[in-house]
Amino acid sequence: MDWGAFIQYGLVRWLHIGAGVMWIGLLYYFNFVQVAALKAAQADNTAAGISKHVAPRALLFFRWAAVVTWLAGATILGAHLFDAFFFLQQAYAPIGVGAWLGTIMLFNVWVLIWPNQKKILGIVQASDEEKAKARRVAFLASRTNTMLSIPMLFFMVASGGVFRTALFPMAG
Amino acid sequence: MNPLDSLWGTVIAGLVLTLILYVIVRLAIGG
Repeated sequence: MDWGAFIQYGLVRWLHIGAGVMWIGLLYYFNFVQVAALKAAQADNTAAGISKHVAPRALLFFRWAAVVTWLAGATILGAHLFDAFFFLQQAYAPIGVGAWLGTIMLFNVWVLIWPNQKKILGIVQASDEEKAKARRVAFLASRTNTMLSIPMLFFMVASGGVFRTALFPMAG
Repeated sequence: MNPLDSLWGTVIAGLVLTLILYVIVRLAIGG
């Protein structure tokens, strides 16, 4: 038995998908549920519960699931990491697009969403003006990731097995 | 009006981007 392949393409791929479900699941929770829920909760003064107890926990699992997903994805690509990211081989072009989209999304999580959420949630000090700006930046970065998740998931599923044969028959 | 301000705008933008990228990748690899 090839234990290296078993771990890289079996266990790590399993981890990649599991962590990815948590990452994108929480992203969809923020965009499809929490944004609207906070708006409604602010109207009846119950938003503090979400901001204090739900959002920090959701953000914790969200940002670390993003890291685990990316690292597991890079591990699966292994020696073909550069083939995918720099489109050096046709066969790796579809997964290369998915990898780039995932990487941009990881950047958005750690550089735009999390630092601004820390200001919004009061984890770091910020003036009301800074909080208002942080709210807009974090919101747009989160919505950008929701938009990018659609082609990202398409290219991830289109890069393997029968899906690949159907969608990219010329990729080899 | 930013399409990302609405959920539907976000989803439609994602679908359009998917189609554009799919066509580009297919053309790039000779499809």
